[in-house]
Order: sequence, then structure tokens, then C-alpha cells
Amino acid sequence: MSFSAFLFYVLAAILLVSAVRVVSARQPVHAALSLVLAFFTMAALWITLGAEFLGLALVVIYVGAVMVLFLFVLMMLDVRQTDQTPRWKRHLMPSLLVGAVMLAEIVLLIVKGVKTKAALPENATSMENTRELGKLLFEDYLYPLELVAVLLLVGMIAAIVLTYRQSRFVKRQEPAEQIAVNRDDRLRVVSMPAETETEDAPVHSLERSPEKTGGH
Amino acid sequence: MIQLLADFFGSMGTPGLVLWTMIKIVVIATPLILCVAFLTLAERRVIGAMQSRCGPIRVGPNGLLQPFADVLKMLFKEVVVPARANRMLFRFAPLLALAPAVAAWGVVPFSENLWLADLNAGLLYIMMMSSIGVYGIILAGWASNARYALLGALRSTAQLISYELSMGFALVGVILLANTLNLGDIVRHQAGGVLHWYVWPLFPLFVVYFISGIAETNRHPFDMAEGESELVAGFHVEYSGIVFALFFLAEYMNMILVSALAATLFLGGWMAPAPIFNELAIFGIAPLGDGFLWLALKVTLLLFFFLWVRASFPRYRYDQIMRLGWKIFIPLTLVWIVVVAVAVRWSVLLGGGA
Repeated sequence: MSFSAFLFYVLAAILLVSAVRVVSARQPVHAALSLVLAFFTMAALWITLGAEFLGLALVVIYVGAVMVLFLFVLMMLDVRQTDQTPRWKRHLMPSLLVGAVMLAEIVLLIVKGVKTKAALPENATSMENTRELGKLLFEDYLYPLELVAVLLLVGMIAAIVLTYRQSRFVKRQEPAEQIAVNRDDRLRVVSMPAETETEDAPVHSLERSPEKTGGH
Repeated sequence: MIQLLADFFGSMGTPGLVLWTMIKIVVIATPLILCVAFLTLAERRVIGAMQSRCGPIRVGPNGLLQPFADVLKMLFKEVVVPARANRMLFRFAPLLALAPAVAAWGVVPFSENLWLADLNAGLLYIMMMSSIGVYGIILAGWASNARYALLGALRSTAQLISYELSMGFALVGVILLANTLNLGDIVRHQAGGVLHWYVWPLFPLFVVYFISGIAETNRHPFDMAEGESELVAGFHVEYSGIVFALFFLAEYMNMILVSALAATLFLGGWMAPAPIFNELAIFGIAPLGDGFLWLALKVTLLLFFFLWVRASFPRYRYDQIMRLGWKIFIPLTLVWIVVVAVAVRWSVLLGGGA
């Protein structure tokens, strides 16, 4: 068995175990972490196939950002481990159905073979495929890509509009106003001489005035 | 000698290759850990000097053995696992913080022909590793089963995600100019002296990158994750002994990594500031020519900035951090990326459109 085959089997085993853990873990945070491990192993598998850009991008986007936010929410909600057996049984039939359909689709794809319109670039699986992918995305498929980008932007704005409520109880700072403040607007320095000279003021000698030094 | 060793291990097939790679990893990682040790000492001495006091000077000559004393002290302390903490994740979190910090060094080129892996997508790999590092902090905060730790972890999560964006955009500028993701090639594109370094055409991005780097490593003035005055010690409040030392190691390793990357991407990496240094040869060897020495000098200078910033600025408030990241850095980098892209398209800048 070659080293790459050995690597494949190890990674595939980790991937399968972590994927099962995603649905079987009782603690939601554990499930999310298993999903992180699954993504990571998937990325490693892709890299062994030579798709290094896809693998690294998968980790940067899903592991580095999406799953972090997932964990963030799970921790904020503080979901304790629940007794899952009744729910498990309730959802058994629909989930089996969905799983069977998905499995059938994938098997069908593999058995019938994938026919894409665009031929794969020459060095699609070589290690310099970031450039090829960029050319494909930003030259050949530029308009579809921009459409998708606009769609994502619309989704983002919609999410903000739906959830953003300007509350009058929120106290905010306006840094521009804070910076624009002048010293003269807030502070007036009044000249108040500490001692005034009078003709008949009593003259204290330095030795006889302990209250002057210790009095404050 | 090195070639001989490489041939020896290469002759043993795959196991030999794996073993040889392991040896190379140890050769790179061990000096790094020593660097971290002395960086802690340097930090205390530098900040001491800035605050008109000595810092540690008692252990060894000039306090040089202080880091080892610290490590020994931590080794002998008990590792306390809080009650009702998630024991497995509690133990696992420091490793998860440390591993990406070490792994990212795999693609950093130390000189013309000294690196562990010459990865074509090196820059992406670095971004990936820095994005994984956040898990150590989140898990540490959550597994501790403590309020302070959880709050520190949540703060740090939001902060890291925010600043990763501006950091990534800053890297996009470098990619546009260099036309490659390979770190070694990026340095080679900056050959020819100080005027060819990317810091000049990309100056705003350099500043954004470095400040984001300070935020990414949770250093002052962005150390919301720890925030001694508010959260005691934030995400690692429940950690003690050598497990705490692992977090410490990860933080300082990340500091050195951010400095090394800033030096590599913007300050010409191992290149000497002027080509004339390569001419000053004694017996055919140019001691001041392009090489590791210059990278080390640049990294040291940038690390000094880290310490200087820590000694100089008060901690930001949380909303100020978010404002700086989202409302200032990201628009700034976006605008400058457009400027750079236009300049590269019409070959205004040096090295553009290569």
C-alpha cells in the first residue's frame, strides 16, 4: 500500500467517524466540533487529490468563519445535553427517507458518470491550480459569478434589514462628535491667586508653621 | 553534510521521507520555542526600561536564565481542572491553540533555500492556520465552565473574525502585486533593495496588516480576550501550570509569526536593504548579503513594535475595537485594493503585472 493510499484510508476513516458523531453526539457543542473535524478532514482529502485551493478555502471559510459562528451561537444559547432518544425516534422515518434519496443521487452520479459542458483545464489536478480556477471563474464564468455575488449581497442586506431594530434605549457614542470637542467649550480656566498681598498680613516664620505643610 | 543526510533518508523510501521531514520540523520548531522564551524576557526588559525600572535581572547574567526559571516553575505547578469542566476539551484546547501557531511556520521561507515546504498556495495555508487558531481560545473558554472564561472566549471570537477580514484584504494587495501565492516567490519579487519592497506601494495595507496582527494575537491594546481589569484573565483564567504555558507559547509564537509574515510580505523577507551588501564579500562569503540575518533583524524590529505598543497604549474598549475593524480598516483596505488593482492593470507600480 502506497503512502498516499494509506493517508486516504486514515483520513476517510476519521471523516466517517466524525460525520457519524455529528448526528450521534448528545452535547450540541460536541456535534459542532465533530462537524469541524469532518470539514478539516475533507479539506485534507481534497488536498491529497491535488485540489489545494478548494481544500484550503474550505477550511478558511467553513472551519475558520462559519463553524466559529455556529459555536458562538451554541455557547450563547447554552444548550445542555438533552435526552435525545424520543426525538431521535420521531425523526427516524423522514431522515431515513432523505438519506436514502441523497445516497441514491450520489450513487447515480458516480455510476452514470458526470458530464460537464466545460472540459477540465489541462492541469486541473496539478499543484498550480489556483490560477486555473481564477481564470475559469473570473474570465469564462464572470457573469454567473457576479450574479451569485449580487444574490449573496441581497441576502446579506435582507438579513440586516430584518433583524436590525433601532432601539431608543441603546446608548451610542459618536466618535466624530467626541473628537470635534474643543477644550474651550468645556473648560474655563479661572485665575484665582492663592495668596494676595496685603499691607498688614502677619508674617509666618518657616519654623512656626507646621499646619501649612501637614494641613492638607 | 545536509545533502548526505537527505540522501540517506531518501534512500529508505517513504518512511525515510517522513522521518526526514520530522527531523526538519524539529530543527525549525526548537529554535522557535527558544525564541519565544527569550521574547518573554525581552518583553519584560523592554517594558521595564520604558517604565524606568529594571525588569528581571537576577536569574543568570542580566536575567538571561529567567525564562528557564519560569518554565521550571510552571512545570512543577499543579494543573487544576475545574469542577464540572469538560475534561477532554479542557485538556485539548491548549494544544489546539498551539498546533496551528507552529504549523504555520511550515511555509515561511527563512532564506533563499531554507524552508520546510515550498507550497504554491503558501499564503492561503497561512490564512487557514491563523483561522484555526481561534478554536483553541473558544474551546478553552467554553470547557472551563466559568463565566469569565466564556466571556473572554466570546469576545475573542468576534474580534478574531473581524480582524481576519482586514488581514485577508491586506494580503490580497500583496497577491495582486506579486501575482503569486508562494511566499518565496513573493520575496523574490521584492529583490533589488529597499525601494522595491512592497511596503511602499502598499503602505496602508502594511499598517492595517500589522495592527490587525496585533489584534489577531490578542495583544495589547486589543487584549479583550484577557482583559485583566474586567475578566481577570479571560479565556485562560482557569488554566494553571504547564497547560497555561502552552497558551503563552501559542500567543508568543503567533506574535513571531505575524512579524515574520509582515517582514516576508512587505519588507522583503531575507533580502538585504541594498544590493551593495552582496558585494561586500570576504573569502567568497558575503556575511551581510541576502540571508537569514536580515529576516531575523526585520522580525526583531517588528517584535519590538509589539512591545512598544504594549507599553504605550491603554486597552481599547470593546465597541471601539469593532468600530476600528469594521468601519475603518475594511473600507480602507478595500479602497487600496482597488487602487493597487488599477495600478497593476496599467503597470504603474513596480513589479506589477509580472
